[in-house]
Amino acid sequence: MDVLERIDEAVKKHAVFIFMKGTPQFPSCGFSSRTAEALKQCGHEFGYCNVLADPEIFENLPRYADWPTFPQVYINGELIGGCDITCEMFEKGELQKMIDEAVSAKA
Amino acid sequence: MTIETDIITKLQNTLKPEHLEVINESHMHNVPPGSESHFKVIAVSDDFDGLMLVARHRLINRALAEELKGPVHALSLHTMTPQEWAEKGEAPASPPCMGGGK
Repeated sequence: MDVLERIDEAVKKHAVFIFMKGTPQFPSCGFSSRTAEALKQCGHEFGYCNVLADPEIFENLPRYADWPTFPQVYINGELIGGCDITCEMFEKGELQKMIDEAVSAKA
Repeated sequence: MTIETDIITKLQNTLKPEHLEVINESHMHNVPPGSESHFKVIAVSDDFDGLMLVARHRLINRALAEELKGPVHALSLHTMTPQEWAEKGEAPASPPCMGGGK
């Protein structure tokens, strides 16, 4: 399967998905860690991909949604943003609401 | 010209910001001393009015596409309209490095 198809499948299969450096349990970048933490705080399961363990995704993800940096958070298959946006939305309570809605729509 | 001044010039031209801070945070990361790899940008501009955060960040990512393809590895963005800036008046601190590198 083409790498962009793999990315597309991952973000569409999960209500919430993060591409990050490391894993939610063992993040290897401060930005990825902070972002995964915000997702965890929302209390729902989410899918993840460790881009450091998948060089093909690391190379090609930036062109999937025209976004140059990691981490990247997708809700309902749509790019929400990176660390700054995810954390800002979390602090305003917007992330919780968006994730709650996405998870119940997927159930 | 340093990358930091390049970033400032490009953002001044693109956003005509009311307030702009470009902070080199590379020393907080796993890179050699004097690197220009990790930056934090605080930008306050009327251009952000009515735009979602994703769209605001895209404006900056596009303006700095060349830097992001090359030397700049991390860009922390805090984008506000003048009204939001007046209400908030500060941007959150960036997280510490965890050693991940590229």
